[in-house]
Amino acid sequence: MLSIRNLHATVDGKAILRGLDLEVGAGEVHAIMGPNGSGKSTLAHILAGRDGYEVTAGDVELDGKDLLALSADERAREGVFLAFQYPVEIPGVNNTYFLKAAVNAIRTHRGLPELDAMDFMKLVKEKLAVLHMSDALLKRAVNVGFSGGEKKRNEIFQMALLEPRLAILDETDSGLDIDALKDVAEGVNRLRGPDRAMIVVTHYQRLLDYIVPDRVHVLSGGRIVKSGDRDLALRLEEEGYHWVRDQAAAPA
Amino acid sequence: MASQPHEVEDLIRRGYEHGFYTEIESDTVPPGLDEDVIRLISRKKAEPQFMLDWRLAAFRHWQTMETPRWAHVHHAPIDYQAISYYSSPKAKKDGPKSLDEVDPKLLETYDKLGIPLHERAILAGVAVDAVFDSVSVATTFKDRLAKEGIVFCSFSEAVREHPGLVEQYLGSVVPPGDNFFAALNSAVFSDGSFVYVPKGVRCPMELSTYFRINAANTGQFERTLIVADEGAYVSYLEGCTAPMRDENQLHAAVVELVAQEGAQIKYSTVQNWYPGDENGKGGIYNFVTKRGECRGARSKISWTQVETGSAITWKYPSCVLRGDDSVGEFYSVALSNLYQQADTGTKMIHLGRNTRSTIVSKGISAGHGQNAYRGLVQVGRDADGARNYTQCDSLLLGDKCGAHTFPYVEVRNPTARVEHEATTSKISEDQLFYCTSRGLSPEDAISMIVNGFCKEVFRELPMEFAVEAQKLLSVSLEGAVG
Ligand SMILES: Nc1ncnc2c1ncn2[C@@H]1O[C@H](COP(=O)(O)OP(=O)(O)O)[C@@H](O)[C@H]1O
Ligand SMILES: [Mg+2]
Repeated sequence: MLSIRNLHATVDGKAILRGLDLEVGAGEVHAIMGPNGSGKSTLAHILAGRDGYEVTAGDVELDGKDLLALSADERAREGVFLAFQYPVEIPGVNNTYFLKAAVNAIRTHRGLPELDAMDFMKLVKEKLAVLHMSDALLKRAVNVGFSGGEKKRNEIFQMALLEPRLAILDETDSGLDIDALKDVAEGVNRLRGPDRAMIVVTHYQRLLDYIVPDRVHVLSGGRIVKSGDRDLALRLEEEGYHWVRDQAAAPA
Repeated sequence: MASQPHEVEDLIRRGYEHGFYTEIESDTVPPGLDEDVIRLISRKKAEPQFMLDWRLAAFRHWQTMETPRWAHVHHAPIDYQAISYYSSPKAKKDGPKSLDEVDPKLLETYDKLGIPLHERAILAGVAVDAVFDSVSVATTFKDRLAKEGIVFCSFSEAVREHPGLVEQYLGSVVPPGDNFFAALNSAVFSDGSFVYVPKGVRCPMELSTYFRINAANTGQFERTLIVADEGAYVSYLEGCTAPMRDENQLHAAVVELVAQEGAQIKYSTVQNWYPGDENGKGGIYNFVTKRGECRGARSKISWTQVETGSAITWKYPSCVLRGDDSVGEFYSVALSNLYQQADTGTKMIHLGRNTRSTIVSKGISAGHGQNAYRGLVQVGRDADGARNYTQCDSLLLGDKCGAHTFPYVEVRNPTARVEHEATTSKISEDQLFYCTSRGLSPEDAISMIVNGFCKEVFRELPMEFAVEAQKLLSVSLEGAVG
């Protein structure tokens, strides 16, 4: 479903991604791990269409469509969703209002009728329950004054509402206590399904105890240097990233 | 989003929606200004002697004055002799008594502006005193208001029908010699609105006026006077649009509000006059003097304004808090895009004891726009316990625009408390990306972020006006991404 081939990208002339290949099939959950600064967020942002990155080579296809040709909002309407590592505050914009606008922008694109306030609130109630999220957060401005954990829950809540084709979770687990982590994992697992692909970026294998991935990849130096099943994550946790890096440096 | 610069240009070029011109025979006085012109205006309007004397005194004073130069705006000198000071659309008889008598072309113009007069008046229950150029052409709901003893009519009519009230209050808040533009207005003002709400009466509907500048090179000098007698309440809405013209047009209005003991006046403005084109050519010069006096104890005056139009705006709705325990409020959103310049703010003059004022100013600059907040908080010697809270926020879109803040504070009473908070922020790439990554177009995203920024002001507007203001802001911001 998602196919990344030989992706090279720079920021301010600095090469961050250098020949990244990744295939994620429908229904699969892939974990991407890697040391700080290896380019995980960069990859996530490029997939979601953020400005400021230059793709110098390679291509990305979602269901055979050239993803890089689309703007961020077009990608979102095509079903790409990014759960931000650092969710952004938007003062004065009511969270419910924001979510309703997003849901309806995407529904309109899919040829579905817009939801009215009543139907939208019904949907919201349904999804809130799963995440044990307080509806007080819906009445506040987007992410303003939310705790770290509330922001992350809000991201997953948005994902649940928007029902993306491809979801990218950028370190959604960092800063969460164990209860929040379980809620978030529960929210993610409920969305797993044959029509949906997920990329879970994380530092810690702990998350993968709750969201069991189909594949685990190690990103280092702007490339996927090792792929495996979830045992790879356990080994990384024990031994750190050095052995993969050393392995990658050695001729195959 | 590499394609954005193009989108921006396209959107900026998309014309001003209200730029059309109605061909109606005008009864226009040739350009130029001297005492004869003033006599002519007064005669055409069949004014009593006191009015003519008042105008002439103002004119003589004006001749001794100079254009103010302190505002943070730039424009070529204005040739006051090149302006025509009187223009009125020719009606069938003397003046229309009902909508049927109004020139259909005129009504069509309002329709294009999205102000279907009859519908609006009847459905929304709003009384409309529509001002077309210089003469009021239609007034609705007058009868219903009259039952309550409320006077709501054109200024000319008030001069004829209620000369006592006019003479008592005219110039009592903004004296003819107050400033250059106020003096000019006092000499030549053509028409405007007059409201009087008697003691203890709560005006049962929002009063509304739409201004529109139409004839070429006609200076527009409106004069509005609103008096709320003891314990009265009135909410007044003012909205403006103007057709596109190449010449800069001068607009120098005066608005005076008087709130007697326990009275409340809420004055809301949405202004979207032609701002000029993408090269900074054309547009309205809007030099307005608006002032309200809380004359009696426990009275309250509240100004709410959304300013998105005009090439140059020079405007400081103010409150003189004379009565003890009186309250002044100023809520403002000012947007400058393209080459617009806005120098706006307020003055809160605390004279009475325990007077309170609140100032919330939201400035948005985009394109090459320059936005200045200029505010004065003055606390007099006797104003024990006076309090002011000022919040002044600026939002920048892009890096060719500017925001400036000039707060002046003069406190002569040691018990006064004056607080000031100011912020300047940019719409960040992060905010924009967060919204677009949820499927919102960049335009919707900007409009949402800006509306969020203005929220504290919008919630002060009457409901239907708030919706209009939000739409207007979005339209005015089109193409401001970048
Ligand atoms: N806007 C930017 N300008 C310059 N360098 C950047 C920018 N964004 C990221 N980088 C650099 O790119 C590299 C990868 O960053 P990132 O993708 O955030 O890593 P990760 O998410 O794996 O920790 C880092 O060296 C970081 O400093
Ligand atoms: Mg990161």
